[in-house]
Amino acid sequence: MLEIKDIEKLAKLARIKLDEDEKARLLKEIDPILNYVAQIQEVSSKGDNAKKAGNVKNVMRDDEALNKTGQFTDVLIADMPESKDGFLKVKKIL
Amino acid sequence: MIDVKNLTIEKAHKDLVDGKYTAVELASVYLENIKKTDGEIHAYLEVFSDALEQAKKADEIIKSGKATILTGIPFSIKDNTMIEGRKASSGSKILEDYVSTYDATVIAKLKKEGVVFLGRTNMDEFAMGSSTENSAYGATKNPIDAERVPGGSSGGAAASVASGEAMVALGSDTGGSIRQPASFCGLVGLKPTYGAVSRYGLMAMGSSLDQIGPIGKTVSDAETIFNVIKGNDPKDSTTAPDSILKKENENGKLRLGIPKGLLETKGFDEDILVNFKESLEKLKQLGFEIKEVDLPNLKYSLPAYYVIVTAEVSANMARFDGMRFGKRISGKDGIEDYFLSRQAGLGKEVRRRIILGTYVLSSGYYDAYYNKANIVRDLIKDDYKKAFEAVDIIITPTAPSVAFKIGKNTDDPLQMYLEDIFTVPINMAGVPAISVPSGFKEIDGKKMPIGIQFIAPHFAEDKLFDVSKMFLGEK
Repeated sequence: MLEIKDIEKLAKLARIKLDEDEKARLLKEIDPILNYVAQIQEVSSKGDNAKKAGNVKNVMRDDEALNKTGQFTDVLIADMPESKDGFLKVKKIL
Repeated sequence: MIDVKNLTIEKAHKDLVDGKYTAVELASVYLENIKKTDGEIHAYLEVFSDALEQAKKADEIIKSGKATILTGIPFSIKDNTMIEGRKASSGSKILEDYVSTYDATVIAKLKKEGVVFLGRTNMDEFAMGSSTENSAYGATKNPIDAERVPGGSSGGAAASVASGEAMVALGSDTGGSIRQPASFCGLVGLKPTYGAVSRYGLMAMGSSLDQIGPIGKTVSDAETIFNVIKGNDPKDSTTAPDSILKKENENGKLRLGIPKGLLETKGFDEDILVNFKESLEKLKQLGFEIKEVDLPNLKYSLPAYYVIVTAEVSANMARFDGMRFGKRISGKDGIEDYFLSRQAGLGKEVRRRIILGTYVLSSGYYDAYYNKANIVRDLIKDDYKKAFEAVDIIITPTAPSVAFKIGKNTDDPLQMYLEDIFTVPINMAGVPAISVPSGFKEIDGKKMPIGIQFIAPHFAEDKLFDVSKMFLGEK
């Protein structure tokens, strides 16, 4: 069983502010979902079932720029919430 | 006036080339229908003001004799697929004013053919949902009964085609988001093999599960679009090499199968079961043999899916933090900007999945949930692999019910997740599947459509087209 403080911890990890109502609602909703997905615990992790990498393999390419310098600068800046002199504007870190 | 009710790509292409009508006239019919019905249906989030300009260009291509099968064909595009210079919000407030900086690969391919983009369609926020009720911009209505949902998450896409507001649509499917709305709206919807169609420029939800695919009125329309949008793409390293994609399968007489125990499964609508049995009967009369195949781990598909999808969601949604793009709510410092922007910009279901995904990935639970779900996923893949040694096609219903009433499942997320019971295993295994109409259920005086799902091995979409055309009697 989760508690409110668990929800708060998860929200903090996920960088989302939740109000009190939503914390209570999530607590109520998440337990049944976790109980439902817990069915997968019946499956053994041992023997042949131990995770195999299967057919998955890395697809590599040369590490070189595919775009010209400045090609997307204007459109990317236009999508920024705040910008100044061609830079993204954020709050002071320190 | 052009009758668009039964108009297919092939017919429209012939008419356009023969000069029976122009692409401008064709697009105008759909724009007129949007004006007439979209106030109620709400399939579109935006109708592109330059649709007729695009059609004019298509007419020039047609006049020059260089038309391809899709030139001038009016499409609607799901709001999570990027078209350069146009808004794409994924049904979310956090991207309300976001303008795409480049074309998705599928869009670039369609542009090359000279298709007409009519507008961008409504969807569950970031494709998380099965009813389109999770859109930040209001629910889409089912064109057959406006009190019911069109399905989701590509609900706007399906509704646009079913209401004559687009000839065909592009949607995306992570756990059923093309097939279930196609089923609810009486249409054909294809979820291609994972890796058949490039995901470049599709906003990611569950990256290991997402695929773009077509929704249309006929199997041929879906096939035509699939053949244009598929292909290897250096920009999406999960796309398959063309040597695999171009391989033609030996389609002798197709052997059909149903999962063992399916007919005894509880929890789905009696009418769906009756209709499903009728469909099996119809297939037998067409000369197909149907045997049972054993998929012992199928029952774990949905629980494992909701572990994998929430884990991937929590990672994919991390980019929406109010910094580089999207909505920013200003707090007392940079960190608080994150918390406030994500609270204000992301909807209820998105927040729920992020919290769940954060839980299943957190230290101490990772092995029990995420790793276990991946083991289950491998077992499901193996099950299908074995089953496809005995049969060529596996059949199930598409959804456990017909379109439900708006609001019915909104307070019960688990019930909403159960809507995906037949569609999710396909994404888990990465195989292709198609939903085609198989009948109706009369309810409240309306004929609500039912869909049947055909599933094929990896990269055997052509088998799906063959069997579903025979099932529908489509040439």
